[in-house]
Amino acid sequence: MSKPKLALYWAASCGGCEIAVVRLYAKILDVADAFDIVLWPCIMDFKYKDVEVLPDKSIDLCLFNGAIRNSEQEHMAHLLREKSKVLVAFGACAHTGGIPGLANVADRETIFQRVYHDTPSTANGDGVRPQLSYQVPEGELTLPKFYDTVRTLAQVVPVEYFVPGCPPVKEQVEGVIQAVVEGRLPAPGSVVGASDKTVCDNCTRVREEKRIRRFYRPWEIVPDPSRCLLEQGVICAGPATRGGCGAPCLSVNMPCRGCYGPPPNVVDQGGKLLSALASIIDSQDPAEIERVVDAIPDVLGTCYLFGLPASLLRRVRLEGNALPAKEAVELAKAL
Amino acid sequence: MTTKPASEAVSTERRITIDPITRLEGHGRIEIFLNPEGDVENAYFQVPELRGFETFCEGRAVEDLAIITPRICGVCPEAHHMASTKALDGVFNVDPPPAAKKLRELLYSAFYVADHATHFYALSGPDFVVGPDASPAERNIIGVVHKVGLELGGEVLKHLELCHDVVAMIGGKYIHPVCGLPGGVSKPITEEERVKIEAIARSAVEFGKVSLKVLDDVVLANQGYVDLILSDTFTHKTYYMGLVDANNKVTFYDGMLRVVDPEGKEFAKFAPSDYLDHIAEHVEPWTYLKFPYLKALGWQGLIDGKDSGVYRVAPLARLNAADGMATPLAQAEYERMYSTLGGKPVHATLATHWARLVELVYAAERMLELATDPEITSPNVRTKLTATAGEGVGVVEAPRGVLIHHYQADEKGIARKINLIVGTAHNYAGIALSVRKAAQGLIKKGTVVTEGLLNRIEMAFRAYDPCFACATHSLPGRMPLIVSIYDAQGKVVEQLRRD
Repeated sequence: MSKPKLALYWAASCGGCEIAVVRLYAKILDVADAFDIVLWPCIMDFKYKDVEVLPDKSIDLCLFNGAIRNSEQEHMAHLLREKSKVLVAFGACAHTGGIPGLANVADRETIFQRVYHDTPSTANGDGVRPQLSYQVPEGELTLPKFYDTVRTLAQVVPVEYFVPGCPPVKEQVEGVIQAVVEGRLPAPGSVVGASDKTVCDNCTRVREEKRIRRFYRPWEIVPDPSRCLLEQGVICAGPATRGGCGAPCLSVNMPCRGCYGPPPNVVDQGGKLLSALASIIDSQDPAEIERVVDAIPDVLGTCYLFGLPASLLRRVRLEGNALPAKEAVELAKAL
Repeated sequence: MTTKPASEAVSTERRITIDPITRLEGHGRIEIFLNPEGDVENAYFQVPELRGFETFCEGRAVEDLAIITPRICGVCPEAHHMASTKALDGVFNVDPPPAAKKLRELLYSAFYVADHATHFYALSGPDFVVGPDASPAERNIIGVVHKVGLELGGEVLKHLELCHDVVAMIGGKYIHPVCGLPGGVSKPITEEERVKIEAIARSAVEFGKVSLKVLDDVVLANQGYVDLILSDTFTHKTYYMGLVDANNKVTFYDGMLRVVDPEGKEFAKFAPSDYLDHIAEHVEPWTYLKFPYLKALGWQGLIDGKDSGVYRVAPLARLNAADGMATPLAQAEYERMYSTLGGKPVHATLATHWARLVELVYAAERMLELATDPEITSPNVRTKLTATAGEGVGVVEAPRGVLIHHYQADEKGIARKINLIVGTAHNYAGIALSVRKAAQGLIKKGTVVTEGLLNRIEMAFRAYDPCFACATHSLPGRMPLIVSIYDAQGKVVEQLRRD
């Protein structure tokens, strides 16, 4: 019997998801044994026609990491969708937009202006910008189109499974690969490689049902490493984040930032976090609650760090960067 | 598709595209243009992706940049986390306690051992260990394991895992660590953790020695390889930049930036916060990546030599820019390297692999120094912040070169202006030069030396950066470089491939 065909692709992401697969260490040899690897983002060419010539649905499993930031990535998403039986949004960027998705606070023009003109080390008196097509003396050179908006993989093509995490932790990657090998995948549309509870469920810290009067920024406080961070006033996305990571950030006394995406049955992770924050404030007075929430310096970055494109907000239309706290509270209420 | 002998193919076409070079932020592309005589007119190395971190970091709580910016690169997130954390120290004008700085450097040293070992054994090493002329199917980590033996192969994987354990112990996560805060780190280490790290560090030093022996036995003992390293095809006389300590020794975590000229003489030495006085970036319309250059010399185009502002970074550049190594084993190897290769500076790009091993040994020795430092378990790892947020520059040596993070924050601690120059960007001009030189050396009068062209362009890449280098050696041994040759109408008339 021929081995199942595995593909991995790398779109708008950092490559950490690739590394997460590579760092299965000796077990990576098992993966190489179990699969016929037909595409590997670290090593493969991306001549479209080489993928195009594959028969449709001839790739059994495609682990696609990265968000969709430009025309080349969108093209590859469609192509790999056609060629793959099972397409997996692998890692936070493909799943919820990830850190590159934060670029939805801006548009292409703003980004180009900053990168190619305003940055202090840039010397660009002639106002040169990268062009989709440019005539050099010897011929034409082309570049992919940079979009205004970053999208998740599922916002571009239908996806069978989602593996959350920035990056997915080793044990979960092993588990997912094992499940594929053994044919134990759940119903399409499922999140795999994670738990059905929240990060709080992974966290060993003591919770005392305490309420707080203010939030602290991480550098304003040295928190007690044995107690719940949220109950000490440190904003922790644990209650609004799917578990399964083992809470490694908490193990070094740092809060969860939400990279595993929303827990089951939560549509908007940031809204869920805001309501968790509002509910821990030691006050019944809406004005007081608003004042405490208002002191959060960057609500958008705090609540949607890894998932702006997948959120109900998707992107910011305004020139300004931060989502005003008042609007955020309204949003939380609406949810 | 026509099939021609692998050694050469006569071509009258005018354009060659190599479009599968993966890289740090997406995939690279090489376009080679031939003149009517069939010689190389020019070659372009394009970077077709941009993510715009400089923009979306603005408006964020400034401390979050230590979480956000590591996502620039999942191969070296530790480097971004460190540069970011140091920039945050600057933003809040705070000096972390000694134990915090040492813990950061300890994490960073463990990361360096793993990163350099990955490169040597899995990415670049196969060229030499298995051999540049070996079958592509053998030129990968599995081929290396076959050549050096399963036992050493196991040692390599074991040390990668152990060093990543150290990163996770201090940093929380082994990819994208989170421990860095302005003024220190989030958690001290326990004596129990220290004992584990010390054992790993001792093992890493031994592993470094074994790696030097592999280099000796397999590479240096073979005159053919040494000749290849020193060959003109891979040589560029450029400026070099690297971070040095108070004694002008190589350092990864903190120091002054030093630039030497192509003759090895000090050209500039400056505090990282003064980088804007020395470095500027040039924009080209055919690529998304900018080209940094030395401001004092200006942008003269993609040319090497003393009058060009092009400089290079990363292992060989760091050794060229410094006066030596701060630990004994690494210093001995540093001296041996330069005496073998004919003195400083070494311009042979492929010597980067040797320099990388010198640094691996240094990182392991430094890891052991820090793991046995009496202060390393001090509970005092945070300095309280008192200043209002302002401006800060954080610079570290990433494995792939000088990494600059520059932040400005408002009085509420919101990031307002961000500038980033990453390791591979500093080397962009160098890589482009190397691509052109390899193409010019290998394509004459329309004769395309197929295997040689592919191999040597790959080798030029791999010396600079494993993210480019990934384009070849990895599991499960496929090497899918493709050169397409187009006729004047843009039709593919021939495809040379190795897969």
